[in-house]
Amino acid sequence: MDKPKLATCSLAGCFGCHMSILDIDERILDLVDLVDFDKSPINDKKAFTDRCLVGLLEGGCSTEENVHVLESFRNSCDILISVGACAITGGIPAMRNNIPLTECLSEAYLDGPTVYNPGRVLPSDPEIPLCLNNVYPCHEVVKIDYFLPGCPPSADTIWEGLVALLSGKPLDLPYQLVKYD
Amino acid sequence: MNPEAKAFMIGVCREYGSDRTRLMDIVRRIQEQERHVSLEAMELIAEELGIESVEVRSLVSFYSFFSEKPQGKIVIRVCNDVVDLMQGGAEVSRAFEAALGILVGQTTADGKFTLEHTPCIGMCDQAPAILVNHVVCTRLSAAQVPRMVEILKRTGDPQALVTQYGGGNNEDERIRSMVQNSIRREGEVLLAPREAEAGLRQAVAMQPEDVVRSIKDAGLRGCGGAGFPTGMKWEFTRKAAGDRKFLICNADEGEPGTFKDRVLLTEKFDLLCEGMAVAGYAIGAQEGIIYLRGEYAYLQAFLESILARRRKEGLLGTEILGQKGFDFDIRIQMGGGAYICGEESALISSCEGLRGDPKTRPPFPAQKGYLGCPTSVNNVETLCTVACILERGADAYRALGTSQSAGTKLLSVSGDCEWPGIYEFPFGVSLHEILQECGATDAQAVLVGGPSGTFVDPAQFNRTICFSDLSTGGAVVVFGPHRNLLRIAGEYLDFFIEESCGYCTPCRAGTVLMKQRFEEVLAGRGNQSDLDYLVELGRTIKSTSRCGLGQTACNPVLTTIANFRPLYSALQKAPDDNHKASFDIYGALRDHEALAGRTSEIFPHTN
Repeated sequence: MDKPKLATCSLAGCFGCHMSILDIDERILDLVDLVDFDKSPINDKKAFTDRCLVGLLEGGCSTEENVHVLESFRNSCDILISVGACAITGGIPAMRNNIPLTECLSEAYLDGPTVYNPGRVLPSDPEIPLCLNNVYPCHEVVKIDYFLPGCPPSADTIWEGLVALLSGKPLDLPYQLVKYD
Repeated sequence: MNPEAKAFMIGVCREYGSDRTRLMDIVRRIQEQERHVSLEAMELIAEELGIESVEVRSLVSFYSFFSEKPQGKIVIRVCNDVVDLMQGGAEVSRAFEAALGILVGQTTADGKFTLEHTPCIGMCDQAPAILVNHVVCTRLSAAQVPRMVEILKRTGDPQALVTQYGGGNNEDERIRSMVQNSIRREGEVLLAPREAEAGLRQAVAMQPEDVVRSIKDAGLRGCGGAGFPTGMKWEFTRKAAGDRKFLICNADEGEPGTFKDRVLLTEKFDLLCEGMAVAGYAIGAQEGIIYLRGEYAYLQAFLESILARRRKEGLLGTEILGQKGFDFDIRIQMGGGAYICGEESALISSCEGLRGDPKTRPPFPAQKGYLGCPTSVNNVETLCTVACILERGADAYRALGTSQSAGTKLLSVSGDCEWPGIYEFPFGVSLHEILQECGATDAQAVLVGGPSGTFVDPAQFNRTICFSDLSTGGAVVVFGPHRNLLRIAGEYLDFFIEESCGYCTPCRAGTVLMKQRFEEVLAGRGNQSDLDYLVELGRTIKSTSRCGLGQTACNPVLTTIANFRPLYSALQKAPDDNHKASFDIYGALRDHEALAGRTSEIFPHTN
């Protein structure tokens, strides 16, 4: 039987959660025995070629492109897991939610102390995705099946979560792995 | 600040002995005289009481009857409880806005009128109702409003609005109110004829321990809603260490749809005082406090005069009924318009001159309550019942009701029925019987216990009022077939959002999150997973809030999901394809599209 497929992506995240995936160290060899990677920054595969069992999502949705990628994950994966604070709550990027988008863009492109933009032009090339009015956690855009909290979740948390899912066993995370204070 | 105002404020502080724990009374007096409590006034009060001015501000900002900004000489508070809205409350609000030329929340430029909304003022059986300063006006229609405003402008006296009295003691010259008692069913205990002071006489002939035992034997449980065994509460308080003990009567009925205590206070206040004296005797308390909700201030002068009369008659004060060592007196503590103060530990905070924040338990009030002393907090109805039990004996009381829920219960019935009002039924009465008696033949739902209780559907109308089935503080609200039940559940949720004290995040923020998702469902953008989310969120809020408000705040949504599922199913138009219908990509992109002067390439507008 073919190995199940795994896909990952980083939306409005910092790639810290992907670093944490790599932190499983030599267990990545065990992981490739368990799954094949499909679309993922880890193998640099840009598009889905097969239906996947699991999709790991880092980051929330800050732009239209984030929404597009998230929807393609929902359409291509049986199970979606929000990994880390940004996917689950919007995280640090969502701090902009209390500030109107106009003000955010003005600060970045027009009125910020280090900005030089004599023509006062806001970038609007179609290649650049449009920003959403707010940063949304993934589960407000599509249905999310599981959540692995942490900033980032430790490698052990991600490993235990994946192994439990792939082997059909209950997930039993030691308290230390989900305690943050 | 002018010198007279300053002298007045200092005088008020000193009248209360510059006692920090009487801050509620001090602020209330200053609010009434000055129409607000300014920052300057707060500093003056703080200096006089030896506290920080921020402590005064924390109290002023907490209670809806106090304000930092000047209010009009006449404050019109239109009740926007669900039942009032069902009977035209919104039209009344709009009529006042039109007649006064201001919006709700504003004060007229001449400083004469302030218009506000207020949650349930305990007049659901004669809705829509308003408070004009302390004066209650009931059964209003929008058509009456211009004339009312004209009278107020001409006389400046809210009492001039009252042209007809409501019967019973409402006609007493110390009340002079149009409020009606609407007693529809006089049962075997509270509303039955009795011999005055017989319970108190019986109590002093017994040892205090035996009084407690007889209340235990009677099986009396708290009538405010929680149903804690009264005798047990008294025993804990009696046995707790400390010489100074308190009895507090909770007359802060604020649960929307409840008004039974109002009628007991109006018609049976001697019975309440008798019950309080019995309780004081039983637990060894010499000081009693009645915490009267601010909305019932129109009763205050009447109640004070009865207390004074009882002192003269030797029924309050020292050596009650000539019994050496039996000293007990009562003072009335006015509330400031906060639902949360009906919760006993918040009520104690309020009596202590603090914000109405609930306290963490343990210690329970019986160990450490008012001013750190053992305190028993009992509902008005409970204390009235106590006197009746002693008069007739525990066995006679126990013989009424069911095996687990002894005696009778006062129900406040309102909503879509022919005869709203007060009904005294034995425990174990079914909803069918209640509906039949109050003349509601086609109810789509009954809300038992107010919004913190349960929405019950017709298939369950054979359920009964008792602690093992439908437990209630007394509110029964009937909804006819033409009402939008889910819209109503949402309005009740708004009430809890407004009244949350804000201490526990799940209650303060969780209720708002619940309302947002609930609105999505109501707008037809929800699916099964949203209902699952609401149920899950409700469970979290229930299990992580420290007082009863948070623990029950989600009940309007949770009990309608449980009992009225078809109403929700009918709203689920969105396909269940794992994409959230509630996420509006076009709305989310609108701002940036406008700024960039182009539309999205990824999500093109199809029309």
